[in-house]
Amino acid sequence: MEETAILDALKERFPKGVVEASVPLGDATVVIRRDALLAIIPFLKEKPYEFAVLLDLTCVDYPERAERFEMVYHLFSLVTNKRLRIKLSVPESAAVVDSLVRFWKNADWLEREVFDMFGVRFAGHPNLRRLFMNDDFEGHPLRKDYPLRKRQPMIQLRK
Amino acid sequence: MSSRLQTQARPDSLLINMGPSHPAMHGAVRIMLELDGERILNSEVEVGYLHRGFEKTCENRTYFNLLIYTDRLNYVSPLINNVGYVMTVEKLLGLNIPERAQYIRVLMSELSRISDHLTCLAAMAMECGAFTVFLYNMKAREFLWDVIEATTGARMTTSYIRIGGVRADLQADYEAAVQKGLAETRKVLKDVHGLLDKNKIFLNRTRDIGVMSPENALSYGWTGPALRSTGIAYDVRKAHPYLFYDRMNFDIPTGERGDNFDRYMVRMREMEQSLRIVEQCLAQIPKAERGLMVDGMEPAEAIRAARTQKPDRPIKLSPNLEGSEKAVTKDILADDRRVTIPPKEETYTSIEGLISHFKFFMKGHGIRPPKGEAYLSVEGGNGELGYYIVSDGTDRPYRLHLRAPCLPLLAALEDLIKGRMLADIIPTFGSMNIILGELDR
Repeated sequence: MEETAILDALKERFPKGVVEASVPLGDATVVIRRDALLAIIPFLKEKPYEFAVLLDLTCVDYPERAERFEMVYHLFSLVTNKRLRIKLSVPESAAVVDSLVRFWKNADWLEREVFDMFGVRFAGHPNLRRLFMNDDFEGHPLRKDYPLRKRQPMIQLRK
Repeated sequence: MSSRLQTQARPDSLLINMGPSHPAMHGAVRIMLELDGERILNSEVEVGYLHRGFEKTCENRTYFNLLIYTDRLNYVSPLINNVGYVMTVEKLLGLNIPERAQYIRVLMSELSRISDHLTCLAAMAMECGAFTVFLYNMKAREFLWDVIEATTGARMTTSYIRIGGVRADLQADYEAAVQKGLAETRKVLKDVHGLLDKNKIFLNRTRDIGVMSPENALSYGWTGPALRSTGIAYDVRKAHPYLFYDRMNFDIPTGERGDNFDRYMVRMREMEQSLRIVEQCLAQIPKAERGLMVDGMEPAEAIRAARTQKPDRPIKLSPNLEGSEKAVTKDILADDRRVTIPPKEETYTSIEGLISHFKFFMKGHGIRPPKGEAYLSVEGGNGELGYYIVSDGTDRPYRLHLRAPCLPLLAALEDLIKGRMLADIIPTFGSMNIILGELDR
């Protein structure tokens, strides 16, 4: 399995940082500790792996878990033509993750989106504002406890 | 709350808003500009005016029901959105799709891609003053949409690609219609090349304007035609072939400078490649086994007959149910009762079919992929269109996230227009083909 090569390398290099590595449905996935993120990303960006593209950055809300939010990163390497999924958990009480803006420019908007939708904050982000919702919006719509039909109109609705 | 631009602006500069309601803003984007004369000192892009909670809505709909919301993402090429979503669910389920259905998906994806590019270039050219190109492109698109309409029953809100296959088979005369569309598109492409390629006005507004370097493009996460215009030949169809793209023979056109003109040129040449793929599809697509149901039993007659014994003759279905006959579905739908609706004859005439039908639509039943998560991307009109779905084993996705190819493109706009003239925003924005339905979700 070629997918496992990068996972083995990560486990060997960061024995403490990597919690779990697997290949579910063909997607190489590594679960890491959140304090290891800033160490692992430069390693992945350099040769021989060269994950030069941050394809996607999002979050999943698990209210019943001790560490409620799970950040999900998808990286892509043009050199090896492989994708890699990185996951890490964040508790609600200290929902702060290190920002990746210094590594990828599109992390700026993607992190703003996650902040907007989930309320996870990013340490080191230059302009952490809401992306889609207006600035006066209360709550974070993609959290599981945000009601589906809740309305926050910006102008008075007609009765 | 005042924006960063407002607080940091120079006292002698002019602040103006472009959008959210502006004819060239393709929907609703607001660009706040700090101007010195006509030169842009700084800008700030604000999105979200078309945000309608796509992801939240999807978490509260069943896998079958939420398909219609994917039509409304990139509304110019809804079929590619359908394909991406459906294939991600199929990846979770581990389904095998009939060959004919896969070819139909390739065919429909490519027709959508051509119409997507045609629309983008039409708008871009029109905003630069070339109204003729707009009309020509729209004309060609109509012929392609004739095929799409005849096959799917709708022009934009298609919902045609279904989990397990496609909704209905191609029309009997589709081949002639596709050929007609291809011929018309070829003619238009030739005309547009002649009108724009060496046009001084067009060149002045596009050549060396909105220039993106390959390194920056990667850092911004660009994909699709915009990335290829910088010279990086990354195409999901080649890099991670899905459907039958590995059987197709096509090239990846790339640009050199990454400016507006290259983005225009890459799109133009990509359409030619898509035309090639469509032609190969027509040649390779396996023949359908069905004959037309002209001499079948009337439905009412069949239901009466089914009270005593199973009807032995085929049943003629109403035109509204076209595509759900037993003889058709075996070519275009996976034979798996967990994820597909049974053929209508079975539903109406046998107890097993009726139960399968109810099980499919009942709350808490239906399509229930096993626990897990999957990311799958297809090559959309603007780049890598990725779906990330987390399943918790119920009939609704626990989390569905869309990787919109437009978002990284628009995120780079501030960089591209900085220091340029106000009028350069229009072709730069136009050449990126920002579709707000997809970006704002």
